[in-house]
Amino acid sequence: MDIRVQTVGVVSCSGEEMPEGTLSRLACRKVLDERRGETVTICLPLFIAGGEEERTFASNYPTITVDGCDKRCAAKATEMLSGKPARSLSIPEILKDRGLTPPTKLRHFGPEDEAMVKAVAEDVSKAVDDVLEEE
Amino acid sequence: MAKKHKKVVVLPCGGIGKVYGALALETAYELVEKVRPGVATLTCLPLLVIRDPKAVALVTDNPVITIDGCPKECARKSVEAVGGQVAKAHEVIESYKEHRDLKPGGVAEVDETGRRLAGIAARELAEEVDELVAGEET
Repeated sequence: MDIRVQTVGVVSCSGEEMPEGTLSRLACRKVLDERRGETVTICLPLFIAGGEEERTFASNYPTITVDGCDKRCAAKATEMLSGKPARSLSIPEILKDRGLTPPTKLRHFGPEDEAMVKAVAEDVSKAVDDVLEEE
Repeated sequence: MAKKHKKVVVLPCGGIGKVYGALALETAYELVEKVRPGVATLTCLPLLVIRDPKAVALVTDNPVITIDGCPKECARKSVEAVGGQVAKAHEVIESYKEHRDLKPGGVAEVDETGRRLAGIAARELAEEVDELVAGEET
């Protein structure tokens, strides 16, 4: 009997020093809120600070990483410390593909930023669909 | 006499999905952008997780104030894991305990009450920044 995967892990870079990090967190949060029951998350630094339970996250769930810059901390840290991500998304690539201008603020995103958050969330949500379909 | 410093690194936990993680971030941004700009500086915590050489050098060459949102203390542990010395480990729950009239709300970003609490916490942490810059023991 096939057991279908019903939950996907979403790991955002926290990107504290760059606006794209904030965009990543907000977009991932939107997906996690809109797809409760299908998605779970973990704070990225918990791969180091946490215990065995945290480190097996990517083994327990097919995982999508979302990164704010080309250093790809979320993807690398997940692969190094937990398991290979099923999908690795990049905010700069998503913005480029959609012809959107990168954000400029570290915090207090307003209505003018909503379209950008929505666009990234759509791509993350699409990746969740793809992973659920594949598994 | 303790060494004087030009820069103090402020490292929030960046916790996703919990109000105190968002409060940690807001406190750090307030400190770096408004209260002590030019002296307090940020780096991304995940850069330490992947041991990015520049980020590791930043936290090993300068005093670090960590701001954590939960008892797991990811920020403090991540700095220590790369050999950095934490000058001050702050847990934002302590700020709330001291100002119980300011219960923060919000998850991805804190609400207006959380912003006020972050402002107070940042001003309190600024005293630590000043002491580190002046070369005083904290």
